[in-house]
Order: sequence, then C-alpha cells, then structure tokens
Amino acid sequence: MANDRVDFDLRRGEVHALLGENGAGKSTLMSVLYGLYRPDEGELRLGGEPVTIDSPRRAIELGIGMVHQHFMLVPVMTVAENIVLATEPRKGLLLDMDAAGRRVRELSDRFGLRVDPDARVADISVSQQQRVEILRALDRGADVLILDEPTAVLTAQEAAELFRILRTLTAEGKSIVFISHKLGEVLQIADRVSVLRRGRKVETVAAEGATEESLARMMVGRDVLFRVAKEASEPGPPLLEVHGLEVVDDRGLPAVRGVDLQVRVGEIVGIAGVDDNGQGELVETLTGLRRPQTGTITVDGRDVTGADVRGKLDAGIGHIAEDRHRRGLVLDFSLAENLCLRDYRHAPIARHGLISPRRMNERAAPLLDEYDVRGGSCDSLALSLSGGNQQKVVIAREISEDPKVLVAAQPTRGLDVGAIEFVHRRLIEQRDAGRGVLLVSLELEEIRSLSDRVLVIYDGRIVAELAPEASEEEFGVAMLGGRREAA
Amino acid sequence: MSEGEPQGTLTVASRLAGYLRGGGIVTPLLTALIAFFIGGLVVALTGSNPFTTYKAIFEGSGLNWLFPWISSEDRMLAALNLQQTLILTTPLILTGMAVAYAFRAGLFNIGGQGQYFAGLYIGVWVGSSLAGLPGFLHIALALVLGTLAGAVWGGIAGFLKASTGANEVISTIMLNYVALWVGVWAFGLGGPLHSDSPSERSVPISDPVVDDAKLPVFWGDPELQGLHVGFFIALAALGVFWVLLNRSVAGYEARAVGFNPDAAEYGGINAGRTYTKVMLSCGAFAGLAGAIDVLGWQFAVATNDIQNAGVVGAGFIGIAVALLGRNTTSGVLFSALLFGALINGTSVRNLDPTIFQPELATNLTLIIQGLIVLIVSAPVIVTTLYRLRPRRARAEEERA
Repeated sequence: MANDRVDFDLRRGEVHALLGENGAGKSTLMSVLYGLYRPDEGELRLGGEPVTIDSPRRAIELGIGMVHQHFMLVPVMTVAENIVLATEPRKGLLLDMDAAGRRVRELSDRFGLRVDPDARVADISVSQQQRVEILRALDRGADVLILDEPTAVLTAQEAAELFRILRTLTAEGKSIVFISHKLGEVLQIADRVSVLRRGRKVETVAAEGATEESLARMMVGRDVLFRVAKEASEPGPPLLEVHGLEVVDDRGLPAVRGVDLQVRVGEIVGIAGVDDNGQGELVETLTGLRRPQTGTITVDGRDVTGADVRGKLDAGIGHIAEDRHRRGLVLDFSLAENLCLRDYRHAPIARHGLISPRRMNERAAPLLDEYDVRGGSCDSLALSLSGGNQQKVVIAREISEDPKVLVAAQPTRGLDVGAIEFVHRRLIEQRDAGRGVLLVSLELEEIRSLSDRVLVIYDGRIVAELAPEASEEEFGVAMLGGRREAA
Repeated sequence: MSEGEPQGTLTVASRLAGYLRGGGIVTPLLTALIAFFIGGLVVALTGSNPFTTYKAIFEGSGLNWLFPWISSEDRMLAALNLQQTLILTTPLILTGMAVAYAFRAGLFNIGGQGQYFAGLYIGVWVGSSLAGLPGFLHIALALVLGTLAGAVWGGIAGFLKASTGANEVISTIMLNYVALWVGVWAFGLGGPLHSDSPSERSVPISDPVVDDAKLPVFWGDPELQGLHVGFFIALAALGVFWVLLNRSVAGYEARAVGFNPDAAEYGGINAGRTYTKVMLSCGAFAGLAGAIDVLGWQFAVATNDIQNAGVVGAGFIGIAVALLGRNTTSGVLFSALLFGALINGTSVRNLDPTIFQPELATNLTLIIQGLIVLIVSAPVIVTTLYRLRPRRARAEEERA
C-alpha cells in the first residue's frame, strides 16, 4: 500500500509542500493526481467538481502540470521547440517558429522565468532546463504545478532563484505542490506542509510556526537528533598514514597534489571542501580504485600504496562509496548477494569456487536485522529498497568486513533525516570501537558535527587543519583556498 | 514505491511493460505466439492454409510422438522425426548458452558460429585421425579438444576487449569470417585437411570420422541417423551452465560485471579478466556443439556446408534461442527445442509440398526466428513508446 486513505487539498495561490521520507508515498500521491496511477478508492475534486484523471493528457486538460525529477526534454531541440512540442503553431504545413518564439517570450516575461528560446536544451544548465519544464507546463495552461523534488538538482543559489520564481507564480494565482524531503527549504517556501509517513498522512500544518524539529518528528515518528551526541575522542596510535600523495584524474591532470594526512585509532577525521577539489580522487586512491603517481599509503604500518581494491581491503580499509547506485551496490543483485560483494570468493561464502546461497543468507539475515534494513529480505533486489535502506546495506557490509579504517565518502548523500541520524550514529560507534574513520563530505554541518579534527582540501591540497568548533567563516575562507595564501 | 510496486491501478501501458520486463514464462510465450501468428499471416499470403501448414510442421517435428493417442504407424514415423528434431536441438542448446552466458556478463556474443566452427574443425580432425584409439578415449579426446578450440576462439574476443577495449560485437563477427574462410581453405581442394581418399579428390570435404569415434546412437537406427548421446552431453552442459551462472564464483563475477561494472570493480572484480573468462566459457559451449555435431551425425565437413552454416548456422540461431529463453537455463532448453522442432518441421524432406511449398518452408523458419528476435527486443520499443522509464531510472527517482 503506497498511499493509505490520504486527504490532500490545495488552495489557489499557495505553495503546499509534501514532505516525507524516502518511500513515504509522496511521488505515488502525485502520480495519482497526474493520471499516472489510478486510485483504488477515494475521490478527486477540482474546484469542487469531482473529476477522474485517467491519463496525463486529461491532467493537462484540467490544468495540472508536472515537473518531473528527471526532465522530459528533447536535448537536441531548442527551448522554444521543446515548450511548444505537440502544440506547435503552424503556418500552412510548416511550423511557425517565430510565433513559437514570441509565445515563449511572452510567457517568460509574464512569469519572470528568463530563458533563451533559441538555445539548444543540451547546451543550457540544469536549472534553466527546469525553467523550460515549468514554462512548458504553463504554456499548456497549468494552474496547478506539481514539482517533484525540484531542488535536488540545483545549487543553493539556483534554488533561491527557483523560490523567487515560485513566489511570482503564486502571486499570479497559480497553486504549487512542492515535493521534498528537505526540511529547511520546505519551511522557507511553503505556506502549508503535509507530512506523509509510510503511505499515510500524518498531519497538515501551516509552515509558519513549524520548526525543523517538529517536522522531523512528524516525518520519522520520533524525536530526531540533528547532532549526534558523542564523547570526546581519545585517539591512539596512527592507523592510516598518507605522505606526499599525488594523483591524476581521468584526464591525466593533477587532482591530488601532495597530500599528507593521518587517521589515528579512535578518531574521525573530516575532509571538508567544495566539490571537485580532489576528494573523489583521494578516496579512490585510498581504496584502491585508482593508482597514485607518487606518495605512500600505510595502514597500521604496512605499506599498501600500490595495492588494488582487494589489497586495500585486506589491509583493512573499508569504503562507504560516494555513489551507492554506481559503486556501492549492484542494484539488480539481491541483498544477500550485495552483502557479500567484498568477500564472495572466500569461505564461508564460497568453497572450491562455488557459492553457497545458504551460507550467504545465513550471514546476510542477521546483518539486515542488526542494521534495521527495512523493505526487503535476503532475496529482495537492492533496487527495491529506499535510498536510506540501501545505504544501510552498504554500511552493514563495510563494517562487517571489520576494517581498521573506514573511508566514508558522502555517506548521507540523498538520505532523509532519520537515515542520516542512523548513519552518523554508526560512524561514531566505529570510532568508539577503536577504528579510524575518514569522513569526506560536502556538507560542512555534517563534517563539523561528526569530526574530531577537520582537514580542509582545496585544489588537491590540504590547506588547513581546523577544530570542528572553528567558525563557519574560518571554514569558508579555508575552503576557498584562503588559508594557503595567508600562511 | 520503495516498499514494493505501487498498488494503485496501473494503466494498460505500464501493466504491459511490467509483463515484458518481468521474468517468468509469460513474455516468452507471448513472444512465440505473436511470431507464429505473423508467420501464419505470411503463410496465408502465399495462398496456403496456415492451420494445416502449422499442423504439418508440428507433425514433421515429431512432437506428436508425445501424444498417447496416435496410431502405432504414426508413432514410428513420429519417432524418426523426433530423433531428428532432438539432433538439431542439441547444438542449439549449447550455442544458446554460449550467447546467454555472454549476455549475463553484459557482452553480446555474435561469434557463436565461429566458435562452433572451431569445435567442428578440431572435432573432425581428431575424429578422422588417430584410428585405432579406443572408441571412448577417441570420442572424449575429440570432444575435449573441440571444446578447447571453441574456448580459444571465444577467448580471443574476450581478451581483445579486456586488453584493447575492442568491441566484442565487431570482433566476434570478424572471427566468424576468419573461422569460416579458414575452414573453406583447410577442407577445400588441396587444403591441409582435404580428404586423402582418391574418391573424394575433386570434392572439397574432410576425411570422415572413423567409426569408433562416432557418438553412439541410443534411440533409433544408427543407419537412419538415430539420436546420439550428444543430446545427453548437451543436457549435462545445461546443468554445468546453471551451476556456473548461479552458484559459482565466476558466475557471480560475470553477473556483477554485467549488471554494474563499477560496483564490480569496487568489489575487487577485474572486469577485463571477467570478460576473457566469460568468453572462454561461451566459446567452450559453442565449440562443444560443433564437435558433437560432427561426431554425432555429420561425420565429415564439406566446404559448402561451412558456407551455408556461415549464414544460418547453429551459432546464429543460438542468439534467438538465448533471447527467447531470457538467458536462463530452462529458457535456453525450451527455446532450443522450439527452434529445433521448427527447423526440422519445415525441412523440405518433412513438409508435404501439397500443404506448403517446401522451397518457402525454410524461409518460414527464418521469418519466425527473425520475428522472435524483433519482438524480444520489443520491451525497449514498448517502454520507449509509452515513455516508461526502465526500472533503474525509477529506482533512482525513488531514492530522493
């Protein structure tokens, strides 16, 4: 049951946020409104009149437009062509592209959505593509816009720009359903918030007066700790030591330039930095997916500089990969198969080249239990799980390998608050169990709340070591490379 | 959603797409039915009756032997026909696996025919020489060497992909041609493996397999080309395939690489080595098919047979077998049987010319085969048409 007796209403000129964890049923609910799924029971009314929406076409006729998370644009066509697609103005047998351009310009002026009608969609940025999607819905006469996780693909500035556009739209009398699992932005943009949990609506509240804590409680069903409590660390001897590491990226350009770092027993070392400053290459090198040009990597005194993935793993480096869909999981494998991705060749999983499903499940089942993986059993495919549960599978596997050092790259990316808390708690547990943790994240807040020491990476170099208590300004300066010039 | 498929009433399009995507037996059955239906239209177009034609093809395949009610006279004929069907099914099982295993690792092995040739050539070479070797040893040696030859031929494509990134589709097609023309040269007049017998001086053909090296016939009359034990070898190979794919470390690696090479790398699996290993195994299956064919019923290799097989040989039909059988063990078995029956049922010898022109009959097989390949590829077409994203995209969407 993806939606269980959900009531939802949308007023003219409001932004109504639909908030919920992964798999809470937000997208299903909106798919019903857009005619992609039909409800088993219940009723839809538009302007007080009962309506049946059996197809997206019908939804469009009724003035409901949807902007999907994955844009439905034709990349090789221009902005104007995409917007008028299927309703093209004609001049005889030919398309009247001038009229199309005019139509697009009028729309974009009226709602303050700046786009270049003649640009090819393939050449414009993601946020502009999103505007094209919104314009297309408006062009079709949409009064109700459904935005499915619109900020997931945007930077902070682009999101702010989107919010400005949404306010213009509501001022024009349009109504907006804003699907999200990010608390902060929901409070920022929405007039009212409906929270879904496991297919049921928990409550609809006014955004005014609500707090992140109160919304999180509704979403997860209990109090959520945004900062996981932890004891002060008592670091022991060094576990992971990196000296003078230089790595090139896929194009052969230097990506990591002479990094020295150390992770000791019982500490979490954070690597803070703006995206694409060598973090990816650093992590890949530490975990054996990429070879360094120069430098040394030792684990517990043992040199593993040139070791491949298996060598690094055997030396005790665990890896929570940044992208669980691309790296961390084989989505078409069962959970049990995924849980043995790192040691499928060894006893007890495999003997004499043959894998025993029984022994595979015997190991997987307790892990799924221990890590509270919901929504699937040993035989379920990984792709059937929500993001948070998929990440639990990855973490369960990496920790069960009993690593000395755990390299956690963006371990909470795309997760909702409940899952984030779970991951954070696990990382601190690992630290307290005497392992070393190297946490690489783009979320400064995450780095600061978890790390015992923070290294700031900029342009492939460690430019500063800061205490997690250092001010946001100090971090900001260092993350933009300021500290190096100052020093 | 994340807790399983959405429960709301789905539209027709998404339901259809679900059937096509989903495993099970529905899709292959539908596929075959549609192909036969369109094939029937073609038959009707030629002025024949599709129902009597299909009945004749069915009886020609000998599958009516399974019906308990047919007369004993019919049963004798049906037995003969069924033996031929199973003889044709045997190599298709093996070449079907050669294609299916590659598919599971994300490779498209179009080179089943070349690998089959390698097994065929080595099989006839070993089988026609070393006279005096005890029969069992001789057969085992010819089968093993034929299998290895196929493995090497397949392995070349895998190794090229692993070492240089050469696309296996191109390299396997090219290796088909190499194998074909090497055979035409070797068994042609004056070639190194051309028959030494004076009576065959002007015929481009190999020496015949010696009697001791021929596979024993266990059903039917050896003089009338009864069913040889190669059929059981193919069934045993199916068992090996199942274990390899589902229970072995090598199969786990192959499937991991096929589903997601990046995640496989993260698991410590070397994709290049896996490609080579997989293509070696694929080639082994196809090579075994060639060796069995030559030791089981062909007994000699003529260059015009090679050139025919280079167009419509078992290696190519193996692609349709794997596609229809969805690359699974049981799927390969049943679709190999279907194609074996079809080929035998439409053969000129079996089809009554008053029911359907025999010259067109073999074309009918090809039409049905082509339709099946086309329709099996249709999920892609259907999903694209209805703008339904594949499940991976959906899963990603649900992540957020």
